[in-house]
Formats: sequence, C-alpha cells, structure tokens
Amino acid sequence: MAKCLNLGSFLFTRMVEIPCISIGGKIKTWTPNRPGRAISIHSALHSNSLRNSSLEDKVTIHFVNQAGIKTTTTVTEGETLLDVVIKKNLDISGFGACEGTLACSTCHIIFDKTFYEKLEPMVDEEMDMLDLAYGLTKTSRLGCQITVRKWMDGMTVQVPQEVRDTVGSEGSQ
Amino acid sequence: YASSHCIYFSGARGLGTSPAASCPKVCIVGGGPAGFYTAQHLVKTRPDVQVDIYERLPVPFGLVRFGVAPDHPEVKNVMNTFTQTAQHARCSFHGNVSVGKDVTVQELQEAYHAVVLSYGAEGNRTLGVPGEDLAGVHSAKDFVGWYNGLPTNRDLRPDLRCETAVILGQGNVALDVARILLSPVDILKNTDITQPALDTLAESSVRRVLIVGRRGPLQLACTIKELREMVNLPGTRPEMEASDFECIAKMLKVLPRPRKRLTELLLKVAVETPEETELERRNSAKRAWGFRFFRSPVEILPSDDLTRAAGIRLAVNRLEGEGEDVWAVTTGEVEDVECGLVISSIGYKSLPIDPAVPFDPRKHIIPNTMGRVQKCAAGLYCSGWVKRGPTGVIATTMNDSFDTARTLLHDMDEGTLDISTVKPGSAGVTTILEKRGVKPVLFSDWEKIDSEESKRGEARGKPREKLLDVGEMLKVAWT
Repeated sequence: MAKCLNLGSFLFTRMVEIPCISIGGKIKTWTPNRPGRAISIHSALHSNSLRNSSLEDKVTIHFVNQAGIKTTTTVTEGETLLDVVIKKNLDISGFGACEGTLACSTCHIIFDKTFYEKLEPMVDEEMDMLDLAYGLTKTSRLGCQITVRKWMDGMTVQVPQEVRDTVGSEGSQ
Repeated sequence: YASSHCIYFSGARGLGTSPAASCPKVCIVGGGPAGFYTAQHLVKTRPDVQVDIYERLPVPFGLVRFGVAPDHPEVKNVMNTFTQTAQHARCSFHGNVSVGKDVTVQELQEAYHAVVLSYGAEGNRTLGVPGEDLAGVHSAKDFVGWYNGLPTNRDLRPDLRCETAVILGQGNVALDVARILLSPVDILKNTDITQPALDTLAESSVRRVLIVGRRGPLQLACTIKELREMVNLPGTRPEMEASDFECIAKMLKVLPRPRKRLTELLLKVAVETPEETELERRNSAKRAWGFRFFRSPVEILPSDDLTRAAGIRLAVNRLEGEGEDVWAVTTGEVEDVECGLVISSIGYKSLPIDPAVPFDPRKHIIPNTMGRVQKCAAGLYCSGWVKRGPTGVIATTMNDSFDTARTLLHDMDEGTLDISTVKPGSAGVTTILEKRGVKPVLFSDWEKIDSEESKRGEARGKPREKLLDVGEMLKVAWT
C-alpha cells in the first residue's frame, strides 16, 4: 500500500480507486486517526499480549535503549518491532511518534550486519523517512516495517545512543 | 511514547497520587511539540516532578495543529502521545494564558523551580525587497496558518484569481503550499483543511506554481517524500528548465544516500523523457509546477494601479564555493515573471516575548547551552525552535526537547538548580491570573472544543472542522 500511505486520510474514502500494492506481502489497513483512539488500541493490545504470552511468544529479542540499557523480551512472530516496543512497554524514549504510518523516523532501529542482511528489502517510502533519521547507520531500518520472524531468535537490536558527556559542560550550542 | 506508557498506566488520571506541596515544579511556556515532549521526558524520568504547560491559545499542539499540512494526517498522530502527557496526574495544561502579557516570566520563576521556554517561532523572515507589502504577497507562515485555521490568519483572504503563483524558498513548507494550491479539491475536501480555505481553493484560478530557490538542484532544501508527493499529484505535470540541471548527473556518485536519492528523483522528473503512459498523463494535466533554480527576488512588480502584485523580478545567480559550502552570487542578469500571488517561504523567526529573557537579535533565538539559558539567573531553560532556530521536523524537536529535559534533570540532581524550597506552582499563577481577569482553558475544556470540532467535521466527512475564532473556542470550552 505504498501509495496509500502517502495519501493519508482519504485512503479509506477512496479505497476503490487507489491501486494498493503490498509491501513485502503485508497489506496494512489504516483506521481514521482521532486523538485518543491510539490509547484504546494500545490498551487492548497490552491486555491481549498478557493473555497470550505464554502460548505464542517464541522469539527472544534483546533491545538496547538510548542509555545503553538492554532489555530482553520474548515476542510473537508476525508483529512488527514497533508493536513489540509498544506492547512490551520497553523504555525507549519517543519511539514510534507517527504510530507506524511512515511519517517519521523515530522507530529507527540498528541491527547487527548478519541479521540486517536477512531482512526483507526496503521500499522507497521507508528509505525516504529513514534517510532523515538521527544517527543513521548502514544497518538501520524503521522498526514499524520489520516483522518478527523465528530466525530472529536471539537477535540484539539497538537505538542510537544518547550523547551524555556534554551535559553540564560549557559547550557551544 | 512507548516508555511513557510504563509511567502512564500507573500515573494515569485518577490512579496516581497528587503531587506533594514540596515537589519540584516546572513550568513550560508553549503548548506545541517542544513543550509537550519536554514535559513528557520530565514526568517520565522523575516520579516527583510536577509540570505545568502554559499556552497562549485556548487549543494545544502548536504547529502540529497549525503547521502540518491537512493532507498529512499521520504526522499529527503525535497528538495522541501529547494527550497522554497532558492527562498525566503530574502534568496540567493551561490554555488562553499569554506569557509576557497575562503573567511575566519573572512571576513564573517565582512560582516554579524552573521555567522552560518552548514558544517556538511566531514571526517570519522578511524578503526586504520593494513591493513586499503589495496585495497578493503573503508569508508562507500566514498562508499555512490560513488554511490550517490559525485564528490570527482567519481574515487573510488570499486572492487566487491569477494563473501563476510564485513561491520563494524550496523547503518542505514551500512544497506544502505548492501542493495545497494545486491539489484537486476532491482530495482536500476530506481533510481537516478549513472550510473557507476549501471554498477559496475550489474557486482558484491558479494553474501554475513556480518554486524558486537562489541556489541549485544540489542545494534543494525539501525532502524526498514531499518531492514524490508533487510528482504524483493528480492533474499536474512538472515543468522545469533542463539547463538548470547541467553537470548534476555526474555529481551523483559522490553524494551521500539521502541527497543522491533526492537528486535522482529530481533529474528523473525534470530531465528524463517519460514513458508513454506518463507522457499522456502529463499532456492531459491542466496544472503545472516546477522548481526554478539560481534565482533571487529583487522586486515584486506592481499592477498598473499599483495596488497588487503583478509580477516578480528575479536576479539570475551562479554558484561559488565547493562541496557543502556553496553560495549564490548575482550575475547581473534579471528575469521578470508574471504572477498574481507571491508566497515567501524563507523561514520562520522567533520573537522575544519578555524583556527579562535574554534574546539574540541576530540569530533570533534564546542564547543557551544544551537548553540552559545563558546570561541570566539559574532556573531558565528553552527547547524547540526558540532554542535552536526554526528548522527540522517533529522528530528533531523531540530529540531536542529530550536534551533540554536531561539538562534540567541533571541540574536538579547536581544541585545547580535549587529544588529544596517550596514553590506555589500553578496555584500561585492562578491567583495572579484571577486578579488580571484571565481564565485558563484546562485540558478537559480543550476536549470539549475537540469534541465539537470532530462533530462538525463528521457532518462533512472531515476528521474535524476547526473553530476559527478564539471567542468561539472559549465559549465552547466553558460551556
């Protein structure tokens, strides 16, 4: 649905007329954005994940946050890495500001080379936003576009590390 | 956003404990992205800090509401995370309070342990050319404010009864303006664009938009997403000067990826012969857009009766310098372009709001180090555009606000910022405001405005129909 993502809110009123392309086999449907709506979605996701966690979570992934702190979590195949960060309440500042609509770069994730090379290729729309990300690397992707797969078991991912050593010093702005 | 959920589920409305009288209290001036992200980080990191956000308008969210284009609703999703912040037990929003007028920064510093200035950039850079004040010439800030319902711009009434519009500047704001001017009304009518703007655009005669920059294609300031949107805009075709692109193709291989991809797309659109279906599409398109490079405005030319803009005189430039550091130099040649609408999109600009706050009159920012305001007593901080200058997307402001919050928290931890005294916080400010006859709009009051706008929008198939008048907002807020 590459085109649809860029055309925003009139997606759902014009579904018939706009050709929809799947991105790597995934068709995403978007619901209207109203303030407050995302809160109820995420509460629902949160409670679902607690119920099903023992049965379906089979992939272990390690997340290193901006302060270098690693959290290990087991997740379900088929979710995106953005879903994981939200559902598991991982302590990563400002992650997923646009809520997975390819309108920002805050779900920027850095992979190890071996895992990065196995990921499904990027579409233009992801690269367009990723290219604006803070701390971009050669093994960076947007977490909202990466689906958890079994082969990711044991993978470590990280977000750009925050620069702490200049706080309190008289650096120039 | 994700991490804030940890705190929010325990600190959400009704579930958290109210702040102790002696807790550290921080005041944030400005209810846009900078203000909210700064508040979010403070509240999440210290379990005892109380944060109050003051905003001049009755409605929150700043440029997310008034700047982001109506056809970019996904970008506005950040309002959800801001809403959570505002609803947190240790955070409160106070709209309809004009800092510098209703309450001074000094009074805020007496009521709070720290004050963070996050009030953005409400002014704009001027062209400084003759004819700038003619009818038909607008800043992009005002034009965008007009179609996005900013009360100050409600009566802008831009005259779109001309064929050609010239936009000066080639950043993302310039591209937003071009896209809104040329978008089919069928696309715009289901967005949160204001009804008066929609009606005006439906009657528009504008068929050609030129987006002018003083340097060349390799200095193009907009980003690739926005360029793609123009390229894909239904009913339009690109029209550019191939001569502007000589020597560009051979530079591609040395460019970093973001610039390379942008330039490749630009070349494809401007220079390459399109394949058949695209050629047909272009030939049947009734509206045109294009970049013009190496041009600087020298004068806006008046109509015969001298009241309105009828054209623009552009100086032709060449580039000097190398690599990242190139600048435009006039060649002496000029070119006149006939047009009836000139939109200057050359940058927003912060203004000083209180004489007690240091302000750099050259850079138009508050002088600071890592968000700590310089040349004044402790306890004053800044975040967002007023700190760094008016560039960058929401994510840039987010990171910047987190940086300021970290500086503030560091100062609290180190004792550089004294939080041992008891401060009255919002209770103190409310007393001052009452005496001056100012009544704040609380977040729950905004929610009534929000609900009314959504209701009106639903009747028209739009996400919301914005209230355009502060008086009407207040009336709804306080019913």
